[in-house]
Order: sequence, then C-alpha cells, then structure tokens
Amino acid sequence: MTVLVDLPADPTVERRRAVQAAAASSLRRRKLASTAALGVCWVFLAVAVVPLVAVVAYVVAKGLPAWNADFFTNSTVPEGIPGGGVWNAIVGTMVITGIAIVVTVPLGLLVGLFLAESEGRVAAALRFTADVMTGIPSITVGIFGYIAIVRNYGYSGFAGAFAIGFIMLPVIVRAGESAFRGVPTSLNEAALALGARKATIARRVVVPTALPGVITGVLLAVARGLGETAPLLLTIGGNQYLQWNPTKQMAALPTTIYNSSSQPYADQVQLAWGAALLLVVVVLVLSIGSRLLAARLRKERR
Amino acid sequence: MTDAGTVTPGAEDARVQSTEAPAPETGAVVMTLADVAVSFSGRTAVRDVTFDVHAGEVTALIGPSGSGKTTLLRALNRMHDTVRTAAVTGTVLLGDLDVYAPSTDATLLRSRVGMVFQRPNPFPTMSIYENAVAGLKFNGVRRKALLDEAAESALVAAALWDSVKDRMSAHASTLSGGEQQRLCIARALAVEPEVLLMDEPTSALDPIATKRIEELVVELKDRVTIIIVTHNMQQAMRVSDRCAFLLMGEDKAGELIEYGPTAQLFSEPTDPRTLDYVNGRFG
Amino acid sequence: MTVVETPRPTPAPPDVRGRLRLPDRGYRGILAVAAALVAALAAWFLVSIIIQAKPAFSTLGFSWILQKTWDPTHGKYGLLPFILGTLEVTAIAVVLAVPIGLGTALALAYLVPARTRAALSTTVELLAAVPSVVYGLWGLVVLAPVFRDTVEPFLTSVLGWTGLFNGPDQGVGLLLAGVILFVMILPTMVAISRDVLAVVPNEQLEGAMALGATRWQVLRKVVVPGARTGLLGAFTLATGRALGETVAVALVIGNSPYIAHSIKSPAATIPSLIVNNFGEATGTELAVLFGAGLVLLVIGIAVNSVARWLVWSTAGPSAGATAR
Repeated sequence: MTVLVDLPADPTVERRRAVQAAAASSLRRRKLASTAALGVCWVFLAVAVVPLVAVVAYVVAKGLPAWNADFFTNSTVPEGIPGGGVWNAIVGTMVITGIAIVVTVPLGLLVGLFLAESEGRVAAALRFTADVMTGIPSITVGIFGYIAIVRNYGYSGFAGAFAIGFIMLPVIVRAGESAFRGVPTSLNEAALALGARKATIARRVVVPTALPGVITGVLLAVARGLGETAPLLLTIGGNQYLQWNPTKQMAALPTTIYNSSSQPYADQVQLAWGAALLLVVVVLVLSIGSRLLAARLRKERR
Repeated sequence: MTDAGTVTPGAEDARVQSTEAPAPETGAVVMTLADVAVSFSGRTAVRDVTFDVHAGEVTALIGPSGSGKTTLLRALNRMHDTVRTAAVTGTVLLGDLDVYAPSTDATLLRSRVGMVFQRPNPFPTMSIYENAVAGLKFNGVRRKALLDEAAESALVAAALWDSVKDRMSAHASTLSGGEQQRLCIARALAVEPEVLLMDEPTSALDPIATKRIEELVVELKDRVTIIIVTHNMQQAMRVSDRCAFLLMGEDKAGELIEYGPTAQLFSEPTDPRTLDYVNGRFG
Repeated sequence: MTVVETPRPTPAPPDVRGRLRLPDRGYRGILAVAAALVAALAAWFLVSIIIQAKPAFSTLGFSWILQKTWDPTHGKYGLLPFILGTLEVTAIAVVLAVPIGLGTALALAYLVPARTRAALSTTVELLAAVPSVVYGLWGLVVLAPVFRDTVEPFLTSVLGWTGLFNGPDQGVGLLLAGVILFVMILPTMVAISRDVLAVVPNEQLEGAMALGATRWQVLRKVVVPGARTGLLGAFTLATGRALGETVAVALVIGNSPYIAHSIKSPAATIPSLIVNNFGEATGTELAVLFGAGLVLLVIGIAVNSVARWLVWSTAGPSAGATAR
C-alpha cells in the first residue's frame, strides 16, 4: 500500500522564488531610479562648473575694455573725470603683499619645520592653533590689525600687511609642515650617519626635497592673501594718489574694487571690472601654476 | 566514458576529459563555461577555460598565484563590468541564461550568483541584521516577514545564528574576523542564489576560523552550488568535489590545464603539470 | 594634495650627539623661537579682541546681543537683525550647497571617467581662488538685475504661497546674497566631499555590487553612509566659511538693519555691519562693533574646529587640502 505523503515545500526553494519574483518585478523601478539619480548628479556637476565659467567670462568681457594705458599708469581720479587708472592700487597691493610675504614665508616655514620635527603636546597645541587661525573670519583679522597697528600708528600699508600676513601665516605653516614631513626618513638618517649637523641637514636635505611642496603652499597662500578685502578695508585707509611708502595710507586692488563697485558712475564700475580682471588673472595664474608645478614635481619624483 | 557536459578531448588543447571514476552524486549542470577568456587592455589574463559546474557540488579553482583563478571567478558574476579595460569573451551559461548576452541584466544575474570575498567586508555602518538583509533589500524585497525569515535561515546556515540572535542590532564590527566572514556568507545566502562564488574566503582568517568555514562550505553545498578559489591544495582536497586546475602559461596568461573529480585529480591526474602541482613541486 | 606621513628621524647616536650639541641647539633654538612667536601672535590676537570687546559688555550688559533695534543715534544697539541675517543667508547657501555639492562630489568621485576627473575637479576648485570681492562685483552688477527682473518674479509666482516671497523684487537682498554665498562655498563642499567619498574602501562597493545592487543603490546605501562623518565635516566647514564671509555679502545684501520678513528683503550680516560702520564708528558704537566681532569669532572658531575634527577622523589630515 503506498501512502502518498504531502511533503512540505522546501522553504529554501520557496524563498528563492519569492526573492526572484521581487527582484524581477522591482528591476525596472530600481534601474530607473538609478539612472535618474545619477543623472541628477551629472546635472549638479554641470551646475557647479557653470558659475566659474560665467564669472570668468563676465570679468573678462567687462574688464578687458577697461585695460588701456591710462588704466595701468594713472591713479584713481574723482568721479566723472575720465582717464582714471589703478596704478596706485597695483602699487599698494604689490607693496602690502610683498611685505606680508617677506615676513610670513620665512617665519611660517620655520614653524612648519618645527612642527614636522616635533611630536608631543607643545607641537600638537601649536598645530591646533594654526588650524584654528585658518578659520578666523577675515573681518576679525581686520579688527585685530586695527587694534594692533592702526590705533597706535594710523592707517598704513604696514597695518594692511600685518593683517594679510596673519591670514597667510597658518596656511604656510601647515603647507610647510606637510612638505617637510614628506621628506623620506632615509634621507635624513643617511645624512645624520655621515655626521652632518642638523642645521646642515635641514638646509641641504630637508628643504630642497620639500621645496616643491613648499613652493606650492606659498603660491596658494599668496593667492589667498591677494584676494582678501575685509582686513584691508579696516587697515590701509585708502589713498587716491600713488604711494609707495608703507607707513602711509595706501590703496589696494581689492579695496578699490569694493569701493568702486557700488558707485553709480559707469566709469567707476568700469574701473572695478578692470581691476577685478587683473586680480582674477593673477590669482588664477598662481593657483593653476601651483597645481601644475605640484603635479609636475610629483611626477619627477617617481 | 565521458560525463555529459564535459568537453570532448582534442589532441592539441590542454583540456582534459574527465573520466568520472568514483563520481559523487551526479548533479545536473548548473553553469557552463566555454572558451572563456578575460583580458585587460588587450593583455590576456586567463584563456581557454571550458568546463561545467554541477549542482549541489563544490567546485574548486586551484593553481599557483597568477594563474587567473580570481579573474575567472569574477567573470562569472560579471564583476568585470565596471572595469573599463576588461573584455570577457566566450560563453558563460547559467542554466540556459547567457550571462554575457546584452539582454541579460547584470544586477539581476548577481541575485542568482552570489559572491563572498577574500577579506570579510560587512557594511560597517549597518547592524548585523541590516547586513544580513542588505542583499534582499537591494533586490526590492520589502516584506518584513520574508526579510526576517531569510535572514534567520541564512544566519543559521552560516552557523552564526546562535551567536548573534540576541544582538542583531549590534554593529558588524563587533564580530571577530571569522564571524564577520560568516556574516558575509549569510548575507550572500539570504538572497537565495543558485550559485555562490567564494574567492579565497579563508585566506585572511586564523586556522580555527578557517576550519569552521571549510565545514560550512561542505554543509552548504546542498543548498547552493559553490565555486571556490583556493591556493591551498589541502583545503581543495577537504572541501571540493571537483577541481579545475589553472596554470600561467608562457604568455603570462592563465589557462585551464585539467578539470575533474577532486579525488582523481589529486591521485591520478592526467596532465604532468597537474601532477607537479599537487605534489608541491611549485607553489 | 595628499602627503604620505613618514615617522620622524631617529635621534643621533650618543657620541655623535655630543659633538653636534652646540650647532644643533642653535638650529633647534631658532625653530623654537619661531614657534613661540607664532604662538605669541595668536595669543595677542585673542587677548586684543577680548579686551576691546569687553567695554561693550560691561556698559551694555549682554541683552543687546538679542535686541532687534539697531539705531546708534538713539543709543540702540540691537544685534539680532544681524545675527538673524547671518544665519539666514548662511542657511540659504547651505541648503543649496549640500545637495548640489554632494551630487557633484559623487559625480567627480564615481561617475566621471578617470581622464577628465582631474580637470573637472580643478575647475570646481578654482571657484575658491576667485577673490570674494569679485563675486560681490559680479553679483551686484550682473546677477542683481537678473534676479530683480527674472528670477524673483518667477520664484514668487511659483513659491509665493509659502509666504517667504512677499515684498517687492529688488534684486539685492537675502536671496541674492545666499546664492552668491552658495557659489563661494561650493568648492569647499565639493573638494572635501569628493575626498571623503573616494576613500570608502572598494571592497564595500564590491560587496554591495555582488548582491545585486544598482549603481545608485551602492552609492546611496554604502558609499554615502560610509563617508558620513567626513561629509558632515565638509558641510560644517562650508558653513563656517559662509558665516565669516564679508565683502561679497556686503555688496549684495542691501544693508538694511532690520529683520528681514521675506527672502527677497534686503538685510545685513554681522560682517557686513562691521565693515560698513567701522570707519566712522566711535565710542559705544565702536565698542559694540568690537563686541560683535567677538561674537562672530566665537561662532567661526567653534564651527571650524568641529568641522576639521570631523573631516580628519575620516579622511586624514590632508583631505581637502587644496580647498580653503
């Protein structure tokens, strides 16, 4: 006598069927969602690229017409009078940034070297301080420049350089530390084994090897310093005449742009565009240049 | 006497017919590979691979490093799709589905052919439960009952259920290496694939964890067909029913040397190179 | 710019060190002096700001921070409109920057072919190099008319029901300032996000793929959650930048010392308040401006520190190094 036993369905097979059914039926929806979401990401990428192109295009289009002989050789003139230029602002920016670079770069690199060679609490605290400094709002740096220098000595190029230097300093410190840390230990030890003094090692081994990273960092810091406006507004006082002496009030490109932007006079705004173009060209050249340099030097190192 | 589904011998090729001596259960063929080759930017990594995979068995891909075992394994679930320089030729059939046909959807394929990797890779931001059901959710399963049932079944099958059933919401990182790998196995099993690919699943684990996973592999073959890559010959002998031996040729491309039941491959291989390998003459 | 961190050089063996002591000490001495100088500078900064801000609090107490009337000629120094303005304009910028920044970063990290990745990333990052005053100029002269004549009327007609778009279309105001700020913080958001998204281990992506996930499922369920701490850091850093931005906002926000009642209203922020009034302020007003500067400093440092910690704990100390 045969007994027909009703075997329970194998749960694994049942589940497999259920999973496959769910997978097949949801496939279209899932693929559509994926395509749509990825498409949105592409759109956002386009959105991110458009502003740069737009800003640069406008600055070039509106700034280029302003570039003429007068623009580069004359100083700013009162509203309504033609033939104004930004030579005084160019000089001011050069002097102010120059002073900031001369003071900040050596100091920053020394501290960067210090941090690269130190561990421990002191170094960590200093590193943290440098990081915090990069996050200080630039207007507050301007206030500091006002308190420290302008209050006692009046508006001047030096006060501006002080403020800009304060902004550039932590950038150079961190970039310097990164660059110096990237120096392979083997080079250091080899030099030490040969009896070289630490100072000599730093000079002959560490600094040259880290040079590419250092240069890149400095270029980026300078690009940043060139673009800062708020600190200058509170420290340099402005000057419509040419002034090379940093102990006196000076003009600068960013402040000139700022002040001329909101003027109702067309030629003032024109001046602003021309100055903006100049600033953008210099800053972009520095930024792109530093990247190319970094990439090329990284390749050479291989 | 040739088994249905193995290739006919050719004088010049290195493919060898299986003589099917004391064969284990004769499973139906679940996967077929014919002339499979994988190349990257034109440089061939593995070629001339032809064999069948039988249901309910463990098939091991063995051979020294560089012989293309992992490359071949990853071709079976189209993991090379995302590699722009990769090109896969030949035919891979899952049942009667042409894996590389343009009409075949890769994501759907991967719900039928699962994979476990060399280093355990549980999703770190997910809990144990979420890891277990991750595959199901990816495939559109929403019903809680099914999710819970599949997770439990898979974790039981992976010999992990008892350890984790009371802490399913704990993070996967709280598990040991061996447990994490078993979680990954459970995660793959939960989707109820027909074939499970395992890429040297024990090479990152300690000997005790390794042993448990090997025991697991043998237990699991009733539930899912397993193809396992291993560089450890003893492991292959312990867990597999059939072996495919690959070796790097003169052109630096891996090729299939011999394929057959494990016992026979290790005791009386047909190709001298196989004999050398199983005797440990090269690693 | 990622740099491999190597361990420090081991100290020199004793006999060599004895011989080298003097010159080495000179070298170390110079470095230590430099470090001390920088530390002193930071301390001087902090002390100066606090001392100058103190009078505002000792004469006026603390309530002025939250009062809403700013009228120096009548002795009223309510900071609330500026605090709100700062928060509102930052909120607009961040609400735009988070999704767009994240989407862009995902595209750069996972969708764009390897060859064009560097060029596109650089293009987005160069946005950060453009000086803020140029953005202000562009916003004021180019975008403001467009906003006044096209964008604002359109948005008012579509979204007016929310009650956020009351009032006339003026061009300058919160909306324009928020959008300009968004463009300015976008490169920060994208650069850091891209870095942290890219370091999610490949094996996790493969694990998800092998289970049958679609590309978007992999990104959404594995990549983004895996990078979430760093993404939070990017978001916080971008917010910090937005909070401190001065001139671009000052040029396009309309500088109205009243609490804005609509997204199109002119408003003002703490930085714009300071930069506009510092030149002529004296006495109590000047003290109040110092106080406002301190308030801004505290907020800026707090946000920035949290951000850096979040980013470092995911992607290492050089993530986003090329972004400001």
